Amino acid sequence: MSILQTQINSRSDVFQANDVAMRHEVGKLRELTAAIAQGGGQKARERHESRGKLFVRDRIDHLIDEGSPFLEFSSLAAHEVYESGVPAAGVVTGIGRVSGVECVIVANDATVKGGTYFPLTVKKHLRAQEIARKHRLPCIYLVDSGGAFLPRQDEVFPDRDHFGRIFYNQATLSAEGIPQIAVVMGSCTAGGAYVPAMADESIIVKEQGTIFLGGPPLVKAATGESISAEDLGGADVHAKQSGVADHYAENDAHALQLARGCVSRLNWQKRGQLKMQAPKPPRLDPSELYGIVGTDLKKPYDVREVIGRIVDDSDFDEFKRYYGDTLVTGFAHIQGYPVGIVANNGVLFSESAVKGAHFIELCAQRKIPLIFLQNITGFMVGSKYEHEGIAKHGAKLVTAVACAKVPKFTVLIGGSFGAGNYGMCGRAYDPNLLFMWPNARISVMGGEQAAGVLSQVKREQFEREGREWTAEEEEAFKAPTRAQYEHQGHPYYASARLWDDGVIDPLQTREILGLSLAAAMNAEVEETRFGVFRM
Amino acid sequence: MSLNTFDTLLVANRGEIACRVMRTARAMGLRTVAVYSDADANARHVREADEAIRLGPAAARESYLKVDAVVEAARRSGAGAIHPGYGFLSENGAFVEALDQAGIVFVGPPASAIAAMGDKSAAKARMANAGVPLVPGYHGDDQDDALLKAEADKIGYPVLLKASAGGGGKGMRVVESAANFQAALEGCRRESQAAFGDQRMLIEKYLTQPRHVEVQVFCDSLGNGVYLFERDCSVQRRHQKVLEEAPAPGMTAALRREMGEAAVRAAKEIGYVGAGTVEFLLDIDGSFFFMEMNTRLQVEHPVTEMITGQDLVEWQLRVAMGEALPLDQDELTITGHSFEARLYAEDPEQDFLPATGTLTRFAMDLEGAGLDPERVRLDSGVETGDAVSMHYDPMLAKLIVHGNDRTQALATLNRALAALDVQGVVTNRAFLQRLATHPAFRDAELDTRFIEKHEETLFAPRRYSTEEYAGAALVGLNQLSRECESDSPWDRHDGFRVNAPRTIRIALCDPAHAQDDDDSEAVVVVEGTRADNSGPWHLTIGGETLTARLDPLAGDAVAMTLDGHRRRLQARRDGNVVVMVDPRGETRLFWRRIDAIDHGHHEAESTLTAPMHGTVVALLVEPGQKVEKGMPLMVMEAMKMEHTMSAPADGHVASFHFHAGDTVGQGDVLLEFAPEE
Repeated sequence: MSILQTQINSRSDVFQANDVAMRHEVGKLRELTAAIAQGGGQKARERHESRGKLFVRDRIDHLIDEGSPFLEFSSLAAHEVYESGVPAAGVVTGIGRVSGVECVIVANDATVKGGTYFPLTVKKHLRAQEIARKHRLPCIYLVDSGGAFLPRQDEVFPDRDHFGRIFYNQATLSAEGIPQIAVVMGSCTAGGAYVPAMADESIIVKEQGTIFLGGPPLVKAATGESISAEDLGGADVHAKQSGVADHYAENDAHALQLARGCVSRLNWQKRGQLKMQAPKPPRLDPSELYGIVGTDLKKPYDVREVIGRIVDDSDFDEFKRYYGDTLVTGFAHIQGYPVGIVANNGVLFSESAVKGAHFIELCAQRKIPLIFLQNITGFMVGSKYEHEGIAKHGAKLVTAVACAKVPKFTVLIGGSFGAGNYGMCGRAYDPNLLFMWPNARISVMGGEQAAGVLSQVKREQFEREGREWTAEEEEAFKAPTRAQYEHQGHPYYASARLWDDGVIDPLQTREILGLSLAAAMNAEVEETRFGVFRM
Repeated sequence: MSLNTFDTLLVANRGEIACRVMRTARAMGLRTVAVYSDADANARHVREADEAIRLGPAAARESYLKVDAVVEAARRSGAGAIHPGYGFLSENGAFVEALDQAGIVFVGPPASAIAAMGDKSAAKARMANAGVPLVPGYHGDDQDDALLKAEADKIGYPVLLKASAGGGGKGMRVVESAANFQAALEGCRRESQAAFGDQRMLIEKYLTQPRHVEVQVFCDSLGNGVYLFERDCSVQRRHQKVLEEAPAPGMTAALRREMGEAAVRAAKEIGYVGAGTVEFLLDIDGSFFFMEMNTRLQVEHPVTEMITGQDLVEWQLRVAMGEALPLDQDELTITGHSFEARLYAEDPEQDFLPATGTLTRFAMDLEGAGLDPERVRLDSGVETGDAVSMHYDPMLAKLIVHGNDRTQALATLNRALAALDVQGVVTNRAFLQRLATHPAFRDAELDTRFIEKHEETLFAPRRYSTEEYAGAALVGLNQLSRECESDSPWDRHDGFRVNAPRTIRIALCDPAHAQDDDDSEAVVVVEGTRADNSGPWHLTIGGETLTARLDPLAGDAVAMTLDGHRRRLQARRDGNVVVMVDPRGETRLFWRRIDAIDHGHHEAESTLTAPMHGTVVALLVEPGQKVEKGMPLMVMEAMKMEHTMSAPADGHVASFHFHAGDTVGQGDVLLEFAPEE
């Protein structure tokens, strides 16, 4: 037991200013999330409703257990990416509890461009399947989609991680024993037809669901046959004639009830084994996170103030407290689950990198999940550090992070720059889930540094040519770079492109990590085999 | 007469009355002995007695009604006296004689008095002698048609034609005018012949708005007799009293004296000793007529105790010991007003079907409800954890209140009914609340047909208000969000959503409309959201949004605040039903999963299950025989009542699972029904 003590003065001006700034950011995030939840606009909603169909989020409410949590992913997907808005990329994904089993739910929103697949729709769908595979979670597809968005077929159809991968995943997930359940609640045209067809079990809604490889217009064009969608591939056809669907539902609500029934018959058992404790809320007040962190990445604070507001009982057993102290490592519990925490507390030095690698080895050995709290400008630079071999020491940390097979969860609580992103389990290192706080920024380096590097190159060029470069000129040169980095490093920009699984309110971090850890316990924790550590 | 001394009292009864008698007996320094059947081996009256002796199996005729077993129990325990309570052996002359022979004191009248009142027509003749007014009528042996008609004309219409051998409403008809007399007579005779094998008829004046007013009398063995005023027991359901009060509303001092003295005359006429009740019908014009005399302590005796300040059981025991009555007539006075409400284990919504089960909670928080313990009395035979079986009368308890006047007493009754916390077994508590809050009852517009007359308003399914739906939703949401099946955060039900308020959507369903398959109005979807797990809820119902919070108080009492309006009530979610109780009444709403509604599958029920524990009486059709929807298929009996299972659709019975005489448990599948395709 080592209970963290706080040094925070919540009445200080800095705290108050931080609190106001962060509260503002979170408010914007919540407003945006609420707007996105409205889907494709009033007209599309009215049309959808007039057909007797439930809205996508209502469908999810019907599907999941009463009052149970829904851990939605990437609701900002495609935000400000395409010329016309595609809220949530037209597909809602997340983990929900269905008949007592945590499932990945992938639900098309037909009010958004008829539920068609934009490039980011595909990416989001595939990411959900990847999460299902990683956590060993049954998949439920609530299908209501017109298939690929034809004008962008080149970004949707041909490549490895394009549309076809959805069905590849269905086959290989099923092969791994991960159930695939499809509920056809609207059209499933062309490629989309394979979602129910590839599913382990499928349900179709009377007079709503249709499944066909070619819709009536295509049939008419190809063969001259004139036929209605319902007669071509409606519920009666597939539940009674073709056998493409297994269960016949009277309406949306009934279909979702049947889906709950399917999950209840999975004989599902979680495989993870963690020695749990009774969950305890943090002793330190989580609501102080806003005032501690603020939105100015340049203002330092002790990351233990954050840890103490996320972990059970604010109890944190630190490892190598006095060695490599720009990286904080230690053991704690989150909602009863044991975790190893790796958190930045300044720039990474050789010692901190080696310490991190050591700690990750411990966790992998003991099969304890890892939580990375990223707030990193990068590794230390300069001759002293290069000469002592910071590159190989950093490489140890990166190797350890890459190879560790325990569940890994990353939260970007501040900056995520350069190789620091790698050493702290950025997206490329396959964390089970990765979330960002609204104050976080992500880019290869900071905007200021990038502008500085570029202007340094430019200045050298000017100097070689014997030309003069005024301070004003230099500033004018730097500004667009800075602006570009600020724009592209923003969490909304990142989340829109699915570099993460969602931007989250810092106050929900503990709850989201708890849900994530619990979901990860569906899968067995594998043995880790590390690569060669360069000594 | 010499004093009968005894130091040990056996109470030959069960339930609340056994507990109530023993309470006084103990206070008088007597040792108490209970008797019990196998079903009651751990009942409250057994637990509270100093000693208890088994009588036999559960069935009353093999235990509480078994004279020799009770006498033997008295012998074994050395009891010098037996108090019979009410019901069972309390008016059984043979029992009294057996006790006389065994030299055991019977706390009650002599066998001769019981016999005198047991024969109804002989009793009436004696009452006429004693100058006790009788309902004008003809009770003669001459059954000539013309003579009967002449008697009816003399009495004046409307008259009541009744089978002499009758009972239970069979062979009984109201004749409104002379023209209808002959046809009614023939009809009654036929029914009487079929039911009792006897055609003899009697004729009585039919009172249009009669009240049931009874007078409590007491006589000692020294020849003294007093009356302890009257009780009004007009609110009855199928001749079973539900609400009683004392004194009777609208009673004048003169009428009270007149009725009281007539009652004492009636008692003295038959040499009565002990507590007795003379029942009268009181017509709207103030005329009253002798109905019968109950030769025992009545269920409703506590209302008399409340207004007189006397302990009637103590009086009974003193009289049984041979003492003189504690008070003279002029020492008895009325203070205030009292009500008694009988709490039955029964379901008023299902034709008062008796209910069984285990009382998971039986409590009344007087202090929390702001009730004065001096003014509220709960005479109960049960406690939390007790089982309610099918074997005996389903009355669980009596709630008795006292007030300075009728208005105050009624207000107290309503508060106390709301504070009564009974769970696990269906009771008539809500029905009692509807009765006690009914405007006609408040205005004392009493008559014996009160419940029939106000059936529409007493049973009418009422549409709940938005506030009531909001309240029920709040109760359910609050409980749901605290539920946690394991430590996994996925097993919580607090409606967690990313970057959004916690959101839980539920459907509530008005039980009165739940049966209508297509009544979409019956289902109300409520969306509850809140910022965090301790903040107030925002409830959206239809277009309205309310801010709501719930603060738990003691037990199931909660303080509910809806849009700034805070009130105190009992509230809980009991499985799929949310129950809220306050002094204005009870709200019950079904809680349903939102996907459990309107999925459009309505297949005919293919099995029929027993609504309660009981015995199969008869199978009415052959398997395979074609039946129409609603046709009776099978009869079962439980708690002295018959229940008919009817065909749920056109079709036939595929098979019966029981034979006549078999015992069935609640929920047992009785038969397989094959509806027609």
